[in-house]
Amino acid sequence: MKTLSKQAPLTKVLTGIQGFDEITNGGLPRGRTTLVMGGPGCGKTVFSLQLLVNGVNRTKEAAMFVAFEERTSQILTNAATFNWEFSEPARKKIFFFDAQIAPDTVKSGEFDLIGMLHMLKIKAKELKATCIVFDGIDVLLGLLDDPVAERREIYRIRDWLADTGLTGVITQKVGPLKRDLRYNFLQFIVDCVVVLRHQVVDGSAFRNLRVMKYRGSGFYGDEFPISLSAEGLQLSNRGPAELRYEVSEERVSSGIPRLDAMLRGGYYRGSNVLLSGAPGSAKSTLAGLFAAAACKRGERTLYVSFDEGASQIIRNLRSVAVELAPHQKSGLLKMYSTRTRGPNIVEQFAELRATVRAHRPSCLVVDPLSALATKLSHLASADAAQQFLDFLKGERITVVNTSLMDGISTDEATATGISTIADTWIHLSYLVQDGERNRALTIVKSRGTGHSNQVRELKLSDTGVTLADVFVAQGKVLMGVARWEWEQYEQAEKNRTQVATDLKRLQLRRAQAEAAARMQVVQTEMEARDAELAVLDQATGSASQLLMSDQGVLRRMRHADEESALPDGVSPTFGKRRPGRGRS
Amino acid sequence: MPPIAIKKASLVLRLYVAGSAPNSVRAIRNAQAICDAHFASRYELEIVDLLEHPQRAFIDGIIVTPTLIRLLPLPVQKVVGSLSDAEQLLLALAGS
Repeated sequence: MKTLSKQAPLTKVLTGIQGFDEITNGGLPRGRTTLVMGGPGCGKTVFSLQLLVNGVNRTKEAAMFVAFEERTSQILTNAATFNWEFSEPARKKIFFFDAQIAPDTVKSGEFDLIGMLHMLKIKAKELKATCIVFDGIDVLLGLLDDPVAERREIYRIRDWLADTGLTGVITQKVGPLKRDLRYNFLQFIVDCVVVLRHQVVDGSAFRNLRVMKYRGSGFYGDEFPISLSAEGLQLSNRGPAELRYEVSEERVSSGIPRLDAMLRGGYYRGSNVLLSGAPGSAKSTLAGLFAAAACKRGERTLYVSFDEGASQIIRNLRSVAVELAPHQKSGLLKMYSTRTRGPNIVEQFAELRATVRAHRPSCLVVDPLSALATKLSHLASADAAQQFLDFLKGERITVVNTSLMDGISTDEATATGISTIADTWIHLSYLVQDGERNRALTIVKSRGTGHSNQVRELKLSDTGVTLADVFVAQGKVLMGVARWEWEQYEQAEKNRTQVATDLKRLQLRRAQAEAAARMQVVQTEMEARDAELAVLDQATGSASQLLMSDQGVLRRMRHADEESALPDGVSPTFGKRRPGRGRS
Repeated sequence: MPPIAIKKASLVLRLYVAGSAPNSVRAIRNAQAICDAHFASRYELEIVDLLEHPQRAFIDGIIVTPTLIRLLPLPVQKVVGSLSDAEQLLLALAGS
């Protein structure tokens, strides 16, 4: 392995392919060879051409493209269908080498690639090229029709690449044929192997990319969904496991003041809001209110709607006094209406991503996300949805998704994985009662914020949208007319109570007055008695005094010996009293 | 020995080789042997070493070595390989 020991420490070349540089920690190995293998239509040519175009645009260094399978003119025509910056100067920086052996060429004996490689070496020196793609090497090797010769030529290319120091990319078709296995050893002699796969599941086509090998470098070995859209090949990179979002404390209004209050200030900026509910439960209205509020704050907003035209949405929202048209005119708001079409949802998400990049919104509505749900049952689709939302989060875009859901059975929500990625989940439901249907709003969850657990009635009118408390009576939630009735009943009840209270108060006052009056009588009586008593006391006192003095007078009158103390009951004057003899 | 019908060569060939690579060396030998045997002096064979004249190879659209080009008679016909398959080579040189 003289080629390896000669090489300098590993450095990398950015491919500029969305997501690929992330999973390889910086792109392809510089000055070494990468094999891109896959079946027909996997995007091998797009992948390799795209990385050349990106490289030329970024570094202004020349590159070479050796086309074994398609003619240069064909390749350039295909390249023109992408939105790449592939201007004339950039095109001139890439040297295309037509290396298709014409079908009428006669083969007589063995050939080799010495001539071609020499020509390319001369050209590379002349252009100061740094990168080369050998596209469809299997086509040429197949002509050799001899395993030993094929192997020899592959080694020749490898040595040539090591010698020239070019960063090489070799693409190789792998098909179901046994013959294709012949080139398997290619994997062992290159430094990096990228496998592209194209599969059809339930009639839907899915493309995947996997880095199978990367000498001297860490990489993510998972299979990642890719899409081929106007932007070219894109990888939906979920930045495996690690979630690095900058979280915001900033709140943005939901468009309904009362709902903001329920969320203790509105949605978090950069968060993901899911509005679920039955058909017609005003999901779009709530989404529209959010968009209108964002535009009013002067924020760029993108409204993505599926299966419903922009003008229809604007008209519908006007009926509840939400005006989007002026914002659309000013360019703040972009309405992007598309059909949930076609087999590949992964590509649809890629398209959305491109639209987001073009408009650079800070607020986004996807209405309804569940339009894609039929496709979301497939793992790759669910992945794509999740990755799209992840991408939005990374861009700190506040997203409101609506989702058609009849109940919070969560089956559907869980299947799509949307509910788990949603930071705030608001469910809208109907309450059918007494022959009418009313809308109810509940906050199922809201991460990182306190929120009301109360069910609110959502009232739509031509003056706007409001939330109202619901009445709970006898274990039943009342809305609409039932609530009005309840309100009337409550008012009457209140009046009745008022009257009864007033009456009672009067009665009490009367009783109080009565008591006071009685107290007055008693008081007066007391005073009278007191007076009476005083008079009585006075009278008694003088009487006893009188008696005392009377006795003295009497004694003196009888000349009683005042000094002699006579035994009790013995009258000194009248001698000894005989028992049984009273005074007569 | 067939007679020389016309002075001017009716068969004009150009053989691109890559130095002294085995296939190239073999091709030169095979080309000369077959042409001598079948076309005698009615042919012209130019041998171009691609390693020395790469620009000519670009003009002639050479991809692999060795490559033999029949310039005349028209149409231009290419034969790739060491020309070890004489039957294939003769068909190519004689055919139209």
